[in-house]
Amino acid sequence: MPGTMRDALKDAAISALIAFGLFGAMVGLPTVTGPGGKLSLDPQPLTVAIIVAVVFVGRLGMLLWQGRPKAPPKPISAAPSRFQFARIAGVVLLAVAATLPIYGGRYMIDNGVLVMTYVMLGWGLNIVVGLAGLLDLGYVAFYAVGAYSYALLSQDFGWGFWTCLPLAGILAAFWGILLGFPVLRLRGDYLAIVTLAFGEIIRIVLLNWTSLTGGPNGISGIPRPTLFGLKFTNTDDPGTFAGFFGLEPSLTHRAAFLYYVIFALALLTNWVSTRLRRLPLGRAWEALREDEIACRALGINVTVTKLTAFAIGAAFGGFAGAFFATRQAFVSPESFTFIESAIVLAVVVLGGLGSQLGVALAALVMIGGGEVFRDFNEYRMLIFGVALVVVMVVRPRGLVSGRTPSVTLGKGVHIGADMMSQGHG
Amino acid sequence: MSALLELQGVTAFYGAIQALKGIDLTVNEGEIVTLIGANGAGKSTLMMTICGTPRARDGRIVYDGVDIHAMPTHEIMRRRIAQSPEGRRIFARMSVYENLLMGAYGREPAEATETMAQVFTMFPRLQERRDQRGGTLSGGEQQMLAIGRALMSRPRLLLLDEPSLGLAPLVSKAIFAAIKELNRTTGLTVLLVEQNAIQALKLAHRGYVLVNGAITMQGSGAELLARPEIRAAYLEGGH
Repeated sequence: MPGTMRDALKDAAISALIAFGLFGAMVGLPTVTGPGGKLSLDPQPLTVAIIVAVVFVGRLGMLLWQGRPKAPPKPISAAPSRFQFARIAGVVLLAVAATLPIYGGRYMIDNGVLVMTYVMLGWGLNIVVGLAGLLDLGYVAFYAVGAYSYALLSQDFGWGFWTCLPLAGILAAFWGILLGFPVLRLRGDYLAIVTLAFGEIIRIVLLNWTSLTGGPNGISGIPRPTLFGLKFTNTDDPGTFAGFFGLEPSLTHRAAFLYYVIFALALLTNWVSTRLRRLPLGRAWEALREDEIACRALGINVTVTKLTAFAIGAAFGGFAGAFFATRQAFVSPESFTFIESAIVLAVVVLGGLGSQLGVALAALVMIGGGEVFRDFNEYRMLIFGVALVVVMVVRPRGLVSGRTPSVTLGKGVHIGADMMSQGHG
Repeated sequence: MSALLELQGVTAFYGAIQALKGIDLTVNEGEIVTLIGANGAGKSTLMMTICGTPRARDGRIVYDGVDIHAMPTHEIMRRRIAQSPEGRRIFARMSVYENLLMGAYGREPAEATETMAQVFTMFPRLQERRDQRGGTLSGGEQQMLAIGRALMSRPRLLLLDEPSLGLAPLVSKAIFAAIKELNRTTGLTVLLVEQNAIQALKLAHRGYVLVNGAITMQGSGAELLARPEIRAAYLEGGH
């Protein structure tokens, strides 16, 4: 089947090209501080070549293993090919993300953790804003609830990360419902203002309730996560990760472990939200975003539907918060200011409301890009702002806009960006 | 004939403004009843009040022997009442198929599949457009979708709010024919709100005239059509 092979090769080459575009500069051109604090580029062509090769071979193998669809779908319009592009980009991103600790250094892993945290937060907020269409400007509140839940539970009861993780999610969901009740009747701007206030209330309470939260000093000494009881330390004592596996003790192990924890949490968020979208509840969220009165007329319990969106979105914020606490080993109200909510919302809007891949890309560009530009110091925020404006001018509906129906009888017809309204209209 | 829906002295308010002033209205099983009136007479409010938003302040709304006026909207709608709301209100970004599925919210999937086949038989255009985004349909198709979506819950009582709104005469004629056919073959009870009084009264078994939130006249469709004051107010006037 020469045609099949050629198609697969072409497909894999495109994947490799995308990988090169995505990671050529990010991975291949890290900056190093030379003598005298001078910054210089340290090209890493080999690493980039390895990534591109891995993507190429991986995609090729995948396609051949699946036996490549016989006839490529006829491009009726530009939309299907864009849809295919999205799938390829998703696979490439996933492959690169999954192998990051293998080829990346400590700095890369730490950045990866940061980006992945925002990917997860973005996906969590996407449930509320992108699917249910409820503009939430106080998402950081749930992040804070999750972080302080873990911090306090571990301090006061000595519970470990894995015990507290679900509890942090549950507590955040509870606060999500609590916020949801008073704002049930609100939409759009009004909802945004109330959620904004809610986010600030949580932060100010954390700041002032000194006896419980330590006030502005925060809580330090939060225990690190363990892998089935194995600690990650700088020694190879028995009971540590390095000691158990007989490895050279290195703190990079912990960084890599943290990376995989947040990677798994983010994947869980993605899995749950894509699954929910296909269930009646997820469809009800989308219908609610489209027209609330019609939803009422169809007998949908709008109250419950909104509250579940708030609760599930908040729960993922809580998980991410608990992770944040364990990663930093320290939490203080300073980490939960409005700017965090704004960044997460920007990730969602920039990525394209409701688009899983778009959110991941936007987080990568915004957070990862922000780190890359760190060397530009004060110009960083300027570049960031300009980039935001440019994206919104060029692609007003987000990086990956368009919507694929969650259920179809025949083949799915992707709804192109040109058919979508701007914002969440 | 037994009454499927009975309103007794129903009032409704928007803030301090009284929109409905003691409505008495009966819809019998298997009937098509129409409610005609000018803009702002309270027709759509009456439809929404039956569904519980806004809630009736006084009076009783008895459906199938049960007073539903204090029930939450979603519970009322689960009692096999369906509404095709004013302005169609289809989910613009969702496909026709997804829109129809939303109509069967909370029902068994198997039942939904079966009902959808019936809806597609009634409106073949919807089947042709199954995977198309709701917002890209024409006005007539959107109205078919709104009615089809309401039918997905297998209602006993269908509340139809201005199905001819913004449609070409030929298209609205087709919609009315479909409603008549539906009533004839399945015995579906219909409460129809219309500005297009001639068509509505021709179709309906009985009619009510709503003026400023109060019912001023009622009678069989033919009877109302013959009344000179109706002709003057709704048929030969500006409407």
